Amino acid sequence: MSPRPTLAPTPRQTVGPFYGYALPYAGGNELVPPGRPDAIRLHGRVLDGHGEPVPDAMLEIWQADADGRVPREAGSLRRDGFTFTGWGRTSTDNTGEYSFTTVRPGATGEGAAPFFALTVFARGLLNRLFTRAYLPDHPALATDALLGSLPTDRRETLVARPAADGLIFDVRLQGEQETVFLSYPGTEQAPHG
Amino acid sequence: MSQTALDPSATTGQPAAESAEPSPVASSDAAAASQAEVSQEIDEIAAEYAARGSAPAETMPRLDYPPYRSSILRHPTKDPHHADPETIELFAPVFGHQDVDPLEADLTIQHSGEPVGERILVTGRVLDGDGRPVAHQLVEIWQANSAGRYIHKRDQHPAPIDPNFTGVGRCLTDADGHYRFTTIKPGPYPWRNHFNAWRPAHIHFSLFGTDFTQRMITQMYFPGDPLFALDPIYQSIVDPQARERLVAAYDHDLTEHEWSTGYRWDIVLTGSQRTWMEPETDA
Repeated sequence: MSPRPTLAPTPRQTVGPFYGYALPYAGGNELVPPGRPDAIRLHGRVLDGHGEPVPDAMLEIWQADADGRVPREAGSLRRDGFTFTGWGRTSTDNTGEYSFTTVRPGATGEGAAPFFALTVFARGLLNRLFTRAYLPDHPALATDALLGSLPTDRRETLVARPAADGLIFDVRLQGEQETVFLSYPGTEQAPHG
Repeated sequence: MSQTALDPSATTGQPAAESAEPSPVASSDAAAASQAEVSQEIDEIAAEYAARGSAPAETMPRLDYPPYRSSILRHPTKDPHHADPETIELFAPVFGHQDVDPLEADLTIQHSGEPVGERILVTGRVLDGDGRPVAHQLVEIWQANSAGRYIHKRDQHPAPIDPNFTGVGRCLTDADGHYRFTTIKPGPYPWRNHFNAWRPAHIHFSLFGTDFTQRMITQMYFPGDPLFALDPIYQSIVDPQARERLVAAYDHDLTEHEWSTGYRWDIVLTGSQRTWMEPETDA
């Protein structure tokens, strides 16, 4: 249980339309160099409530390394090509597509299901959204607490799909197959906390 | 209780804004409604909120806020699902001096000449919900120039680009959570949410805490801006006290003789989910 917050949180606001020259940066989506033997692509689309691509969304991923270790190294903004920092950022393109080059996260503990932690920002999205992209076909998916708390059709929105070059994970902001977005204790509106 | 449930305009599973308002899925670029129409929508939501009386105050913007047109198709309609943070979510990425040059905190020295406008100092502290400073963590800002123009290809409104101002800054907080930027006061910015829509002057802030779950992006505003009441993004925080937390304070002690005016703005993230551990990189 977290300590009881004593200060009122500063409200959040949309990233707006014009972050593109400020937040994304060269190499932001390459957590590992694309040529590395164990490199994979994690890619997909961000879609709105009509199923239309969202061309001005920004995604960040944060993940364990291939051995399941939580990275504690700096250097994500100016990558040296060797240090795995576990964090990346990219924007969607005109077709709503995003792509990261990374490695599959390892399990962070005995029986834990590996996942990428994702943060989603967009024009029109007044607060950031959190979600998880789990590795598909992992034996620990069956016993994962979060997945187990969801109905089957909702659960599927959190599991990446295998692809020849890695993994596909679409983010649906709204609608029938709306992605499950997460609230952690104390992070959303006061009534949640 | 969920954010969606608190929102009187939300109905489960439906794109919202079906209530009294016409053209609920107007594009943000359609500039269809008048300011008076949008202001009326804003006022109705504010009145409903005020009438709720003793219910807990909302601390965050509503994701479903139809006066901000581009939110209509981009807000989740289902309640966020509760998750207990696990492993990776209990930590935030680490940034260091290899990531950020100290000169990036001065937005007025990035080109060969001086930018046009009112030079300002913006400083404050980044704290977690328990009042602990967030030390050695990345703060990113971006903003329009003094004429209200962004260096972005999609901002094509007829205000001048300043060749000496990009409007992007970064710094790391110090051991006590302080950040400090020198910049130019941004101008108000016209947009196409509705006809003759203008955003109050603002600086975008991007912040990390010690936990993944504390990640946030927000906007800092300037005191006394006449556009506050008209702006659906600012007003999407329906609680008046909550949205005032986004307004910096003018601080004459930060103002420097014949050089710059000063503003102070502290930022509070949500609480850390990890039990308090030793500062990882503290000197």
